[in-house]
Amino acid sequence: MIKFDKVTKIYPTRSGKNSGATVLQEVSFEIKEGEFVSIVGKSGAGKTTLTRLILGLEEPSAGSVYFKGKNMKDCDMQEIQRIRRSIGGIYQDYKLLPARSVYENVAYIMEVEGKGQREIKKEVPKVLELIGLKDKANNFPKELSGGEQQRLAIARALVNHPDIIIADEPTGNLDPYNTYEVVYLLKKINEAGATVILLTHDREIVNKLGKRVITIVDGKILRDEAAGKFLI
Amino acid sequence: MFTNFTRVINFALQDFSRNKGISIAAIFVLVITIMLLTGLLFFHGVANYLTSQLQNRIDITAYFKDTATEQDILNVKDQLLKMSSDIKNIEYVSKDQALVAFNEKHGNSSVLSKALQEVGKNPLLPSLNISTSNGDPSQYESISNILQTSDFAKFVDHVSFLERKDTINKIYSITSSINRFGLIAGVILLLVAILVVFNTIKLAIENSKQEIETMRIVGASDWFIRGPFMIQGIIFGVLAFVVCFLLSLLFSYLVSSQISAVLPGFDAFNYFLTNWWIFVLIQLGFGVVVGVISSYVVVKRYLDV
Repeated sequence: MIKFDKVTKIYPTRSGKNSGATVLQEVSFEIKEGEFVSIVGKSGAGKTTLTRLILGLEEPSAGSVYFKGKNMKDCDMQEIQRIRRSIGGIYQDYKLLPARSVYENVAYIMEVEGKGQREIKKEVPKVLELIGLKDKANNFPKELSGGEQQRLAIARALVNHPDIIIADEPTGNLDPYNTYEVVYLLKKINEAGATVILLTHDREIVNKLGKRVITIVDGKILRDEAAGKFLI
Repeated sequence: MFTNFTRVINFALQDFSRNKGISIAAIFVLVITIMLLTGLLFFHGVANYLTSQLQNRIDITAYFKDTATEQDILNVKDQLLKMSSDIKNIEYVSKDQALVAFNEKHGNSSVLSKALQEVGKNPLLPSLNISTSNGDPSQYESISNILQTSDFAKFVDHVSFLERKDTINKIYSITSSINRFGLIAGVILLLVAILVVFNTIKLAIENSKQEIETMRIVGASDWFIRGPFMIQGIIFGVLAFVVCFLLSLLFSYLVSSQISAVLPGFDAFNYFLTNWWIFVLIQLGFGVVVGVISSYVVVKRYLDV
């Protein structure tokens, strides 16, 4: 489903020359449909760059990223936008729309997809109920707690029934209870058939999951184990 | 397509009403800049009035020999009009008319009346008073040359160009300076106004930088992201126009009598009413076009990152 083939990413310096920071070095791996993969590494190891490469927000300096068999380099902007719409994203800083209510944040994703108003009115309350935010539908993100904001981000990621969920440090700002809740939800989503990519530096979560673990250190893959542990 | 369009409009209206502070600030800045441009438009009216008043005061007179008949002079007038497109007005003054005008002007002077009686006949010459479209000295010079060098020379006694040359030059340089100043001030003010509006819209959108990033990540198309900001630009422009138009109407009505006291014959309110469509074009055009283009450029910068 997603394949990295000898991907190197170097952020150029301000002068524009390719002599800046090397974030990823010849990274290769493949994620198959329905997998639950944890990508682990210290902060600054290159995890977020991986997410940005999958979303087409960055281009690799060398190598190729394939999404469903197609090289992202060959995709035009419309195709990239389609890929982004097929991915549900959950982030440490939630990336919510602050000027829109809880309901509108979830509805926005369906509106971007071009879904009809009737379908939106039917689906959004369902997802909000599932995630436990039905009573806060008219609140704005700043009126929610950290855990509620992350649940809203998950509701938003789920509403279009995406094939892939990318969770980039989804528990970074959460207390242990909310952390457990988010990980539980991700497992459920995976069991329902979606591919889940979890990028984290939380040792405990990864060790409890007992799923495939890709360990990145200084931009290189150190280990890729089917039922791995967080070992750095 | 239609659903997306209505959604974009709804987002714009929603964002506009939810960010009231920023919206009002943006409209306020637009109103100030549009009013500055409106002031320039009024200045243009005053300057035009002043220059036309000055230009109306300059003309040259071709005096004809006593031997030239009225028909000869009228032929010269017709041919001159055909030869020179610069002539705005040309007026025939006969010997008798010249005498009447002379008496009206100098009727009180017993010395001049006595002198006329001594001469025994009307000593004044028939003439053509000529004024050009923009008071350019070179136009007067060329008309003067035509009168003195072509077939007309046999009828023409003399042309008053040389004795009035200095006055014509002076007035022309004053009117040219007024026009040049207006043009330079206009260009500078327009550039400043564009920069001020652009920066205000940039600050308003800066607030939504994170939001734009999120919209990109979830796969919204560029137009779905950009549309609401551009429509907000239109709303800012239209509202600022309404305020400015009403202010201009009120202002021109209130100060009209004061301006007329300084510039007799110039009616600011009437100037506004007769040129209302230019005011609409500039106020609405500037507000909407600069608002929309600024929004487009600012959002594009965030989308390109």
